[in-house]
Amino acid sequence: MPKDVIGSVLVLGGGIAGMQSALDLANSGYYVYLVEKSPSIGGVMAQLDKTFPTNDCAM
Amino acid sequence: MIKFKLNGKKVQGEEGQFILQVAEKYGVEIPTLCHHKALEPAGMCRLCTVELFDGRRTRFVTACNYPIWEGMEIRTDTDSVHEGRKLIVELLLARCPDVPIINELAVQYDLKEPRFKIRDDTCILCGLCTRICDKMGNSAIGLTGRGVDMKVDTPFQDQSEVCLGCGACISVCPTGHLKIEDIAKHTVKPIPSEYDAGLASRRPIYVPYAQAVPNTPAIDRSVCVHFKTGGCKICAEFCPVEAIDHSQQDEVVELDVGSIILAPGFEAFDPSRFDSYGYAKLPNVVTALEFERILSATGPYMGHLIRPSDKKEPKKIGWLQCVGSRDLNRCDNAYCSSVCCMYAIKQTVISREHSTEPLDCAVFYMDMRTHGKDFDKYYENAKKGGVRFVRSRIHSIDPVPGTDDISVRYIQEDGTIAAEIFDMFVLSVGLEINQDVADLSERIGIELDDYRFTQTDSFHPVATSVPGIYACGAFTGPKDIPQSVMEASASACAATEHLASARNTRTKILELPPERDVGEEPPKIGVFICNCGINIGGVVRVPEVATYAKTLPNVAYVEENLFSCSQDTQEKMTDIIKQKGLNRVVVAACTPKTHEPLFQETLINASLNKYLFEMANIRNHDSWVHSGDPDAATQKAKDLVRMAVAKTNLLTPLKQTDLAVTHSALVIGGGIAGMTAAVSLAHQGYPVDLVERSDTLGGNALLLGKTHKNEDVGSFVTELVKAVESQDLISMHTQTSISNVEGFVGNFKTELRNGESVKTVEHGVTIIATGAKEYKPDEYLYGEHPAVMTHLELDGLFQNNDPRIEQAKNVVFIQCVGSRDDQRPYCSKVCCTHSVKSALDFKQKNPDVNVSILFRDMRTYGKREDLYREARAAGVLFFTYSPDQKPEVRSDGDRVIVEFTDRILNHKLAVRADILCLASSIVSHWDHPLAQLFKVPLDSNGWLLEAHQKLRPVDFANDGIFMCGMAHYPKPIEESIAQAQAAAARASTVLALENIKVGGIVSDICAELCSGCLGCINVCPYGAITFDDQKFVAEVNAALCKGCGACAAVCPSEAPALMGFNNNQLYAQIKSALSI
Repeated sequence: MPKDVIGSVLVLGGGIAGMQSALDLANSGYYVYLVEKSPSIGGVMAQLDKTFPTNDCAM
Repeated sequence: MIKFKLNGKKVQGEEGQFILQVAEKYGVEIPTLCHHKALEPAGMCRLCTVELFDGRRTRFVTACNYPIWEGMEIRTDTDSVHEGRKLIVELLLARCPDVPIINELAVQYDLKEPRFKIRDDTCILCGLCTRICDKMGNSAIGLTGRGVDMKVDTPFQDQSEVCLGCGACISVCPTGHLKIEDIAKHTVKPIPSEYDAGLASRRPIYVPYAQAVPNTPAIDRSVCVHFKTGGCKICAEFCPVEAIDHSQQDEVVELDVGSIILAPGFEAFDPSRFDSYGYAKLPNVVTALEFERILSATGPYMGHLIRPSDKKEPKKIGWLQCVGSRDLNRCDNAYCSSVCCMYAIKQTVISREHSTEPLDCAVFYMDMRTHGKDFDKYYENAKKGGVRFVRSRIHSIDPVPGTDDISVRYIQEDGTIAAEIFDMFVLSVGLEINQDVADLSERIGIELDDYRFTQTDSFHPVATSVPGIYACGAFTGPKDIPQSVMEASASACAATEHLASARNTRTKILELPPERDVGEEPPKIGVFICNCGINIGGVVRVPEVATYAKTLPNVAYVEENLFSCSQDTQEKMTDIIKQKGLNRVVVAACTPKTHEPLFQETLINASLNKYLFEMANIRNHDSWVHSGDPDAATQKAKDLVRMAVAKTNLLTPLKQTDLAVTHSALVIGGGIAGMTAAVSLAHQGYPVDLVERSDTLGGNALLLGKTHKNEDVGSFVTELVKAVESQDLISMHTQTSISNVEGFVGNFKTELRNGESVKTVEHGVTIIATGAKEYKPDEYLYGEHPAVMTHLELDGLFQNNDPRIEQAKNVVFIQCVGSRDDQRPYCSKVCCTHSVKSALDFKQKNPDVNVSILFRDMRTYGKREDLYREARAAGVLFFTYSPDQKPEVRSDGDRVIVEFTDRILNHKLAVRADILCLASSIVSHWDHPLAQLFKVPLDSNGWLLEAHQKLRPVDFANDGIFMCGMAHYPKPIEESIAQAQAAAARASTVLALENIKVGGIVSDICAELCSGCLGCINVCPYGAITFDDQKFVAEVNAALCKGCGACAAVCPSEAPALMGFNNNQLYAQIKSALSI
């Protein structure tokens, strides 16, 4: 294992996948740079009304 | 400060201010038509005329542009001022008799008919439009002509190319005189709101939606006028905290990172490219994403189901599946988008809930691909509920002349053509990868497939072709939310397996504000009432509830919010709690199930113990269920708030304590999923005990031939077994079962039994990967005739190069054997792909073989659709059958005769098959002692039940236990591996902790009251209560207790008190409920 291993990860995209990656990384001890193109995170899921098959509110 | 008198009262203003500004500050109304805060005053309309007394004489001045000076006296309401204004209004009324704002003024000044000659104009020449156009840094319009000929116009009275179409002139014009089409040469359209999928508009400076994180406005430089002309900057002038800086430039920031994860997502297919869908021309043909916004309470119609053209409620809606998917002719997206069947069914169900009248919903489809957990059940329920599912090809979507309706012609299964008329039509658009993402991939050298998805192999589902760069979500292939979430966690695991030595080197510890001791203070309750957009506010009269809440005991502060959960409201709430010294908080909003942690965090930020908090669910329990009765709903909201306040008065701070975490894992199951999870955790640096019931590692994968991408499963399993065996951190336990489990997250003690030898291991987390098995059919002559076999058996023939494979002349596959029936109402997900792949393998061995696949819905989802297409091209025959007309099989010597009805020909066909492969279902290990030992739930089909189907697909409700592989649900290898890596990632979030917190809302048994009856121990589902033989009392282990309250309910002596829900608190709530 090289000595100069960097304990941080860049996550590109702040939708449901990017956010989940970022949370798991941060909660297991790695610094995360979360990069999102639009002004807010949440992605397409934030636009959805309810989700299949539980009919939970997507927000 | 300049002091002067306004209507006899002493007032003051700042140097350089005008009378109008100071008057406004003091609430003195002065009418004006030509004034706008963003512009320099011009005194054009003269309506703001006031009387100025300068110490010697009185004169009239215009308030908007007359600067204030020390000692002046202003009167805004004298008779002469009134008369003067009345004359101005009369003149304006004569000039513009039909302008609403002038007519309103005329009523105010008691004018009926003007005494002057009536003209037919709508412009009052206030000059606001020309001045704002100047301010925008443009001069597309100006005042032309002199005297009575003066008017607002474009240069040379032509439509202007100079006009940017910003609409500023229209927005300031008081009379509605201007029309953008008279000014601009090009067509001007509002800026479409991305959030509302273009159904609503937004501004150049905007917050995407109310709950957006972060909640700060952004400027869209591509449409902001300032970035075109250098003018405007009105937002910066108005921002009270001077937060807006137009001079900011894009910066290039260089970051040093150990890995990169790409999660760029997808974009919805744009159907406007194709005339045949009618999307571009017909307003009531919408995409599914637009329809999603139409259904949403935060959407353009606030959740009211209406159609765009005339805002009428539709009575009949159709859905067309596979728009931009499974379509090689019109677009290049030959793949199946994997999610559209599900969202379309959901939309039919939700639409019917939203609709006030019975709604006819029809879904036009090729195959319904509801292949996930509980998906088929939802589909069947929708069918039972009356949603029509029509297997058909739509020929055309046309307007119905003279109406906004849509006519649809389609070919039915029997070949006849039918036509129907719909009020509204939804295109179930597919998922595709954006060109920008493809460009980025090219720049960084990631290989993409023909559809621009990442090129990944089945055994490394989140690894791209570039080491150190990983991908997840729709970028690796079209997929739904649970699968995206799994892959997201999987990529977090994969991306850090080589970074483990640097764990915790770049992170910081979150500093929380110290907790305020509220012990001796009397309750001082803050009540925050949420409108939830219109979800609550559209039914419950929230202001009335707020007024009522103020009257409740010890309520010191009440506020209503549009969205209590939005980031800015949270920050405001923290400030208010601190400022007002509140020591308890009630939020009347939605459900604590989803939002309690968020509000508790707000309390922590405000230095309060997070348990001094209560929620009243006035949405799910009230506005949603009583939407038709606002009076009753408002009363119920008051009741719920009163009950919450009654309980809150009695809340006390609860403590949590720290327990050390054992930094190792137990993985149960030595199949692909278990082994992958074990190796991943070992790479993260954690010791793993891997337990396998049989004597070999590998599980079902040992019986499989090739993946659907034609990768060899056998050699992968061999490699994986080697990786497990060579890993020092993994202790293998084959032929081992689990006989006892004690403990809880961070501190499990599990007894492993191998024959007679018993060993106890301590571990912080558990991963259950016990797999599933192939169903052995009891029909179609299975077990009675040698030509009839299951998939795994057929794979065995292929692997052993059995001569029957090459000799076979006729091969038949029957799908859904033991799946999607009453006994097993689920889809086994992998069998369609398996059959299609095997059919192709047959064709490869012998191109002359006849292969027929009898199916119900062909579920080759995602990129698997390529295989299906390939199989059709190779001459594999596909016939649908329905469950009420199943194929029949009878013996014919070495062969079997398979008889079925072809639904297109409506004819009975028979095939004399050398091999009949039954695509039998995958079934769970029903005899799952582990579920009981670890106290984890199973669903009605015996699959492990996750904590949340969408957002926590590998977690259990019990902390510290995770699942992966087919024990969760049937799935192909790449999904098992992704889930295994996800389970390892989720387990790592526990193992990375030094301590875990226990306590809070747990049961506490009062030793004096306990009679030792053991009632509580018998009902505790978590095994959290033990009996102390010495003291003869029951005791609670706070780390195991989940706070369910069963013990408190069952105890005859009221010995257990559930902290945060003790009897006094609940009695107070009940008494409060009954007090009115």
